[in-house]
Amino acid sequence: MTGEAIAFYALAAVILVSGLVVVSSPNIVHSAVALVPAFLGITGIYILLGAEFVAGIQVLIYAGAITVLLLFVIMLTEGGTGLRLQQRNEQGPVGASVAVAIAVLLIAGVTHTTWGRGAGTLPAYTPGAIGQSFLGTNLLAFEGTSIVLLVSLIGAVIIARKEE
Amino acid sequence: MVPLADYLVLSAVVFALGLYAVLTRRNGVAILMGIELMLNAANINLVAFNKYAAPGAVQGQIFALIVITLAACEAAVGLALVLAAYRSLETIHVDEINVMRW
Repeated sequence: MTGEAIAFYALAAVILVSGLVVVSSPNIVHSAVALVPAFLGITGIYILLGAEFVAGIQVLIYAGAITVLLLFVIMLTEGGTGLRLQQRNEQGPVGASVAVAIAVLLIAGVTHTTWGRGAGTLPAYTPGAIGQSFLGTNLLAFEGTSIVLLVSLIGAVIIARKEE
Repeated sequence: MVPLADYLVLSAVVFALGLYAVLTRRNGVAILMGIELMLNAANINLVAFNKYAAPGAVQGQIFALIVITLAACEAAVGLALVLAAYRSLETIHVDEINVMRW
């Protein structure tokens, strides 16, 4: 077993265990905090896949910003997230069977397909290649994403603001 | 080298976990957490396909970065909606937010 395989299975175990805590913990704060190891494990997966820039962005945005945002909202809505409250609805068995069915379907699909190898190698310096691509062939997607980001942030401020 | 299918299986399981959270949680914030897990599963797929299927281009990583950006937008708007719902309805349990139910 190579080092890459050991790292992959260790990271997968971290992701799956913390993901289980996220979806099953009766305490919503535990769920939010368990998101951090899940996101960091996915960061490790990105590094294994040679996507260092995406890994850095993942740490900054997911493990940093989104988790803190979730924790802030949990604190601001204390009355709705209290420990005594029932956190799960009555669809437990249905939801579990749907999720298991989707997982089985996807796993059967990917394991029964023969995946070809693409030609070429990853660029030696992926951040540079990503920057070139964002300001070259993908300029429209880049600008569209920035407009969506601007609009959604203004919208979030307006929605969350207190009504006069 | 870890085969591509292993990454895809991992991503499928993470996606199913997120789906389970979305289907069974009552708390709006926990539903958003499930959505974040599902988006991360999609990102694992994109980056894995980038390395295994088209290593010459960085298109998959570009896509993953755009998905991360849009996930941040979605989290910001979703949490703002949760706060607004809490302010006007005193609850963030989505099965109790049914004032428009006939």
